[in-house]
Amino acid sequence: MMRDARPLVRALREPASVETLNKSQWSELISIARAESLIGSLAHRLRDLPVPDRARAVLQDAIEAHDLARQQALWEADCARRALADYPGKIVLMKGTAYVAADLAAGTGRSIGDLDVMVARDDLPVVESALLDAGWEWVKPDPYDDRYYRDHMHELPPLIHRERDRMIDVHHTILPLTARPAPNAQVILDSAVMLDNGLHVMAPADMVLHSIAHLFADGDLAGGLRNLWDINLLVRQFAGADEEFWMELDRGAQIHGLVKEMRRALRLAIRLYDTPASGSAAGKPEWADQLFLRRLLARDGYGRETRKLTRFGFYVRSHWLRMPPLMLARHLWTKWRKGGKPPN
Amino acid sequence: MQAMHQILLKIGPAAFRIASAWRQPLEQLEALYRDYPAPPDGLVDFTVRLEPGKPWRRHVRPSVHIGGDFWLPDAAPLPLSQGLLAGEMGMNLQMALGWRRHLLLHASSVEKDGQALVMTGLSGSGKSTLSAMLAERGWRFMGDEFALLSLDTGDIVPFPRLISLKNKAIEAMQKVAPADRFGPEMTGTPKGGIRHLVPPRTAIDRMNESAKPALLLFPRFGHASALRDMGQSEIFVRLTQASTNYVALGEAGFLALVRFVERVPAKAMDYQSIEQAEELIESLWSKLP
Repeated sequence: MMRDARPLVRALREPASVETLNKSQWSELISIARAESLIGSLAHRLRDLPVPDRARAVLQDAIEAHDLARQQALWEADCARRALADYPGKIVLMKGTAYVAADLAAGTGRSIGDLDVMVARDDLPVVESALLDAGWEWVKPDPYDDRYYRDHMHELPPLIHRERDRMIDVHHTILPLTARPAPNAQVILDSAVMLDNGLHVMAPADMVLHSIAHLFADGDLAGGLRNLWDINLLVRQFAGADEEFWMELDRGAQIHGLVKEMRRALRLAIRLYDTPASGSAAGKPEWADQLFLRRLLARDGYGRETRKLTRFGFYVRSHWLRMPPLMLARHLWTKWRKGGKPPN
Repeated sequence: MQAMHQILLKIGPAAFRIASAWRQPLEQLEALYRDYPAPPDGLVDFTVRLEPGKPWRRHVRPSVHIGGDFWLPDAAPLPLSQGLLAGEMGMNLQMALGWRRHLLLHASSVEKDGQALVMTGLSGSGKSTLSAMLAERGWRFMGDEFALLSLDTGDIVPFPRLISLKNKAIEAMQKVAPADRFGPEMTGTPKGGIRHLVPPRTAIDRMNESAKPALLLFPRFGHASALRDMGQSEIFVRLTQASTNYVALGEAGFLALVRFVERVPAKAMDYQSIEQAEELIESLWSKLP
């Protein structure tokens, strides 16, 4: 029985490693890959290798499911573009939708959920009302949540389209306002790159730093293996295409206050995926790296979440990072009285 | 982490690994699926997990949380006495959310002379009971929950899992099927009383044989016996609602469904008894080209 997610990491890093898997290990690998939302990426990595028939069918399903997800994500982005046709500012696609719209390797087989876009903070009211006019509506019309998002978050409360049933998250920066690093949203908007259809994606360094910020400064590392796989592919592609990339990344990390996070991300990506980053960019190993690895790999061959204590530690950390203690206490108190879960 | 027990099952084209924190549900599944072949390659399409929702729920008033490769965030746990049902629901969930090799219709199906009769309708329409009954009267049972529509050939592919009998249907089937084909009686489930029935042996032996769909029925139990024509657009829309993966398949699902609606004659059928339904079905079946 596979005791952690290492075999998945190995299969992504060295696809030929799957040739030694026995039958039950194949089923375990598939469960782990599905649980970590990496089945589409795995399927593409194993495309040209001999694999058992049923595994091939499962992988082919994943390829087709993600082809459709890609098409739907691009369609959804285009719907937003048309809804905001009169908006003169930049609309910057984020995360998975940006990877497929810019045709990056990180978009291949990647699962894509909501549409994430970023606009200038001052323009939020205009963008909000244009989206409401075009058929999007609020998902949770709760005054506390609404206030909370507007005062402290990096995005509007989620909107859902009433006909297509798809969500859009409109961001104005890349981290909650309560988080300790304070990225410079204006720099991100200014250096964003225009695509053929008029939508934008972040410049390479910012795109990588957003993924890093999302991984380390804004969550409990759920989906972290997928996130680091994105980072690995982005870094490989950008560094291969432009030798200035490492310098840009370093400069961006300093501007956005994400130097520590960037170094840790690169160290973990090197450890897990052999990402070609230099030791100087990654900085010195820290003992906490082991804890992060332990958390990232906490998944067994049934697809179960393991290492509950480590997971809980990272869950507490995620709230700690996002909010000063007094505010956290007030927030949890309000949510507890309302009987809900904190937004994540 | 606690160890899990596991079994492998193959039903029609799909192979499952059922992992459980308790032995009991697996022993019940094993007994009822005793005549089914093991997955030939030892590999599965889906893993279902039956595990305690909270760690202490393994022993204290044990409750079964249904998880696996595909899952719903708000699935309510079941008591351990309904662990078998949890296993069946877990497999259904994998198919409904994860299967992409056919268009899945929430429908029962039976076969005669190489041709399939497909029956779809809401819960309580009687489609499951009808398929179970017809299977005891000369038809080959192909499935009571999902009809798998081939994307290439347009054939119906069998998915003959255990037949899930509810409430009054249990008694009705006990009159016509031998006792050793019935699973344990479960009362107070979310759907009332449930008892599983092993399909006839021939349904299991021939679970890889697909059939051309020849007739589609929308049965409705409890109304005076009647047959009604339906427009193709109504049929199409109702089938999109009856499909769990129509949207997920994109264009392939659309094309398969259009072909199905254009080729297969369909009727709405009201009935008040199995005998009545059988009469109506035979009259339609004998007039098929």
